[in-house]
Amino acid sequence: MLRYLYADELHKFPKLAAGMFRDRADQFKTRLGWDVHVNEKGEERDQYDELNPLYVIWEEQDGSHGGSMRILPTTGPVMVNDVFGHLTGGQPIRSPLIWEVTRFCLSRGASPHTAGAIMLSGGEIMEGFGLTHIAGVFDARMIRIYRLIGSSPIVLGSEGTGRDQISVGLWPYSAEDCNRVAERAGIPRELSRLWFRTAFGPTARHRFALSA
Amino acid sequence: MGKQFDLSQVLEDLENSSTLDELGAVAERLRNALKIDNIVYHWVDGAGDQYGCTTYSDSWAQRYRERNYHRIDPVILGCFQRFHPVDWKSLDWSGKAVRAFLQDALEHGVGNQGFSIPIRGPNGQFALFTANHSCSDAEWQNFIAKYGRDLILIAHYFNRKALEFEQNRRPDSPRALSPREIDAMTLLALGYSRAQVAHSLSISEHTLRVYIESARAKLGALNTTHAIATALSRGLIVV
Repeated sequence: MLRYLYADELHKFPKLAAGMFRDRADQFKTRLGWDVHVNEKGEERDQYDELNPLYVIWEEQDGSHGGSMRILPTTGPVMVNDVFGHLTGGQPIRSPLIWEVTRFCLSRGASPHTAGAIMLSGGEIMEGFGLTHIAGVFDARMIRIYRLIGSSPIVLGSEGTGRDQISVGLWPYSAEDCNRVAERAGIPRELSRLWFRTAFGPTARHRFALSA
Repeated sequence: MGKQFDLSQVLEDLENSSTLDELGAVAERLRNALKIDNIVYHWVDGAGDQYGCTTYSDSWAQRYRERNYHRIDPVILGCFQRFHPVDWKSLDWSGKAVRAFLQDALEHGVGNQGFSIPIRGPNGQFALFTANHSCSDAEWQNFIAKYGRDLILIAHYFNRKALEFEQNRRPDSPRALSPREIDAMTLLALGYSRAQVAHSLSISEHTLRVYIESARAKLGALNTTHAIATALSRGLIVV
């Protein structure tokens, strides 16, 4: 299932959280060779994880991490502006209706359609919170994956070539895209909306027990 | 001034505002155009100082401040450290103190429905923008579907204006505490014992000590009490 968790809620799902940070190390450091920091616990974390981002995590049947991404509003510090600002023509992407997705990650043992499920969560977020776009940074191999999943970004700028090419792109909200991604991922929209409502809807879990 | 809601007109009005009173006038016109009960822009800093404008009655605004309701208000607690818009229905209104607060609010003309937009400003600044009304759940759903996106834009324009003419209130040191440190310090500031804090956060007391110690070190504080006071005054936590 898809879980939507702010950083300050991850402690309630320790196995899932640890798996996510370890799989990020595996994907970005070991497999892609990116210049990212891996700590002594084998976890990849950076300064954006300190800003209480929202994580979307695909939880496998056994409770382990299948894949995930990290979300921050572009009104605050975000990688598309801080690190890759030169790729968008000097004009920062900054709107309360655009959120940034980074660290799109899949575990080695991820079940099929995990990537599609995570993409679908982006659609649920845009629809549920009235956003117009999601912005993201991605490497060359993701372009094909996005196409297969059924939702390709508008590329704003790229640098590097071949396998090392990195791009900044925007996904506009589109109901048709959402439905296509859901269909290809084999997840009914009703189920996907239920997961979203579980996190943010009237029956959402609560943060502090104030009566304690 | 037309009676119909017109987003570009609201944004233009905001652009032309340069005082809190003028922001208040924009809030009032916006409320009238949307045909709802209230509009609130609320900037809470860590010292518990509150700033903003509201169409709530003066008596409610005063009572809210006197009773330090921001400490138990589920809207504040549910939106702090968040960035997604929140329908009040999704908040935790259980608990004796909270139910009494809600009752008091309703008696002072606060509507039963709300849609609040948390705003993360520079250096951990935290503000909230709220649309409030009395109506059925279905009507409120329709209202949010129709105006939600426009309200998010308006919320950020309100905050941008407030930051512009209240430079002195802006938090100047970057937020240094991690989310877990903030949780621990917030609960301690609320008067929880260490055992209660550890229980609430589902961590051991030993782990809690690590968080408190790291927060204390980051804040350059002498002891836990000093650290809580420093975190409050710098706006790193809100209680």
